Amino acid sequence: MKTARSHAARLARQLLVPAIVLVAWEGISRAGWVSPIILPAPSQVLVRWIDYARPLAPYDPAEGSRLRWLFSGELPHDALASLIRVAGGFAVGAVLALPLGLLMGAKPIVYELMNPLVQILRPIPPIAYIPLAILWFGLGNPPAFFLISLGAFFPILMNTIAGVRNVDAIYVRAARNLGASEWTLFWRVMVPAAMPYILAGVRIGFGVAFIVVIVAEMIAVNSGLGYRILEAREYFWSDKVIAGMISIGLAGLGIDVGMNSLNAWLLRWHRGVEG
Amino acid sequence: MAASVAGAAPAIQVRGVRKVFSGSEGEVVALDGIDLDVEPGELVCLLGPSGCGKSTLLNAIAGFSPPTSGTIVANGRAVTAPGPDRAMVFQEYALFPWMTVEKNVAFGLEMARVPARERRERVDALLGMLNLREFRDRFPKDLSGGMRQRVAIARVLAIDSPMLLMDEPFGALDALTRRNLQDELLRIWAKLRKTIVFVTHGIEESIYLADRVVVMTYRPGTVKRIVPVTLPRPRDPAAPEFNALKREISQMVMEEQARHAQAEVGGATAD
Repeated sequence: MKTARSHAARLARQLLVPAIVLVAWEGISRAGWVSPIILPAPSQVLVRWIDYARPLAPYDPAEGSRLRWLFSGELPHDALASLIRVAGGFAVGAVLALPLGLLMGAKPIVYELMNPLVQILRPIPPIAYIPLAILWFGLGNPPAFFLISLGAFFPILMNTIAGVRNVDAIYVRAARNLGASEWTLFWRVMVPAAMPYILAGVRIGFGVAFIVVIVAEMIAVNSGLGYRILEAREYFWSDKVIAGMISIGLAGLGIDVGMNSLNAWLLRWHRGVEG
Repeated sequence: MAASVAGAAPAIQVRGVRKVFSGSEGEVVALDGIDLDVEPGELVCLLGPSGCGKSTLLNAIAGFSPPTSGTIVANGRAVTAPGPDRAMVFQEYALFPWMTVEKNVAFGLEMARVPARERRERVDALLGMLNLREFRDRFPKDLSGGMRQRVAIARVLAIDSPMLLMDEPFGALDALTRRNLQDELLRIWAKLRKTIVFVTHGIEESIYLADRVVVMTYRPGTVKRIVPVTLPRPRDPAAPEFNALKREISQMVMEEQARHAQAEVGGATAD
C-alpha cells in the first residue's frame, strides 16, 4: 500500500514538469500569441502524428493481411526505411571496425602502423564527409550507407582497441598457466574480457549511426524520417515536422532500450552493468 | 602419481637464481643466489616481508618471468614458459568472470582436450570435493572471496598438475575463512599429495601449513633460513611448541622488516 502510494507520488513528480510545459505550450498557441506555423499546439501535433501514422486507405482484404494494412501508413514506411539504413550502415561499420580493433588491440605492430591514420581520421565528423560522399556515390542509398557506416566505425574501433589493450594481465597469466594456446587465449579470454568495452562502443556507434541517418536522409534520399521532416518544412507543415521529430526520438529511445537490455544480458557476468 | 614415482629427484630444483629488475630508478636486485630443493609431495612455504622477492621466485618457477641468471628445473624439465604442470593459484583468484563456476573449473580440461563426458565427471567430482556443487551456474561476481578461491583451487586441481604454486592465495580473506581454506588445502594435500609451494607473509599460516618454512631476506631476496616444521597435523596454533616456533621465525622476519624500514628511510636499495 505504502509502496504503491510512493510509486504514484514519484510518477506524479516525474510527470509534473512535462505536463506544465505541454499545458503552457497549448495555452500560448491557442491564445494566438504565436503563429501556428512557428509553433503549432501540441494537440494539433498529436492529430497530425496520428494522421502520419495511420493507414492511408480503409482496410481491404484483397490487399493482404490486417497486419500489413496496419503498417501501410506513411510513418511505418519512413521508420522502416530509416531503420534499414541504420542497420545496414551499422553492420558494415561494425564488420570493418571489430576485426581491425581486435587486431590493433592485440598486435602492437598493427597498432603502431594503423594508429596515426586512425587518429587523423577519427576527429572528422561523419557529416563533414557529405560532399565527398555525394561525389563518390552520387545520390540515393549508397552515400547514406557510407556515412552511417563511417559514423558507427570509429566508436566501435576505438572501444575495441581500448578493450583489448586493457585486458587484465592476470587473466592472460591464468589462461597460459592452464595451458591455453595463443588462439584460445585470444578468443576465449581477450575477447570476452574486452566485451564490456566493445559493447559500450557498439552502443555509441549505434547512437551516432542514428544521428547520421537523419542527416543523410535530409540530403541524399527521398524516404525515411529525416527526409520526411525536411519535406514537411517545404510545405510549412510545422506540426508534421514536430510529429516527425517525436517519431525520431521514439525510434532512438527504442533502439537504446533494446541495446541496453541486450548488453545487460550479454554482460550478466559483469560487475558494473548499467541498469 | 607421477610426482611420487620420481622418487629421489626433487620436484623443483632452484640453482643460483638471480633476478634483476631494471626500472626508471636503476636496477633492483629482487633475488640473489637462491638455491632451493622441493621434494615431491612436500608443502613448502616461502615467507618474508613484502618486497623480499617471494612472489618473484614463485613467478620464476611458474615460468611467467624467467630469472636473470641461474636455473630452475621442475618435474625434471628446465622451466622456460608457463604450463599446466605447474598450476598457479593467485591471490586475486584470477577466475574468468565471464564464465560460470563450472566453466571456470572445466577450462584447463578443455585446453587439454579432455573429452566432454570425462570433463563433466571430473568437474563434478571437484565441485563436490570443494562443496561448490550448488554454485556451479553462478558467475564469480556472485560469490564471496572464500568461494572464489575454492573455485580457483578446483580449477587448478582439475588439470591434475603434480604441483601447485600458490601466491598468497588466502591473503585477501578474513581470518575465519582463511582458516577454513587452510584446513581444506591440507585435506586436499593429504589426499592428493601434490607438491605445494605456498607464498605467504603470515608467520602463523606458514607454520600451520608447511613441512618447511623458507624465510627470505629483504632485497635482495635470498634464503635466510629454512626452518623444518615437524609438529604433527592437525596443528594447534595455541600449543607451546607452535608458539616457540612462531617466536623464532618472527625474530627472523622482524630483522628483515627492520632492514626494509631502513631501506625506505635511506631511500636507496640495500645491496
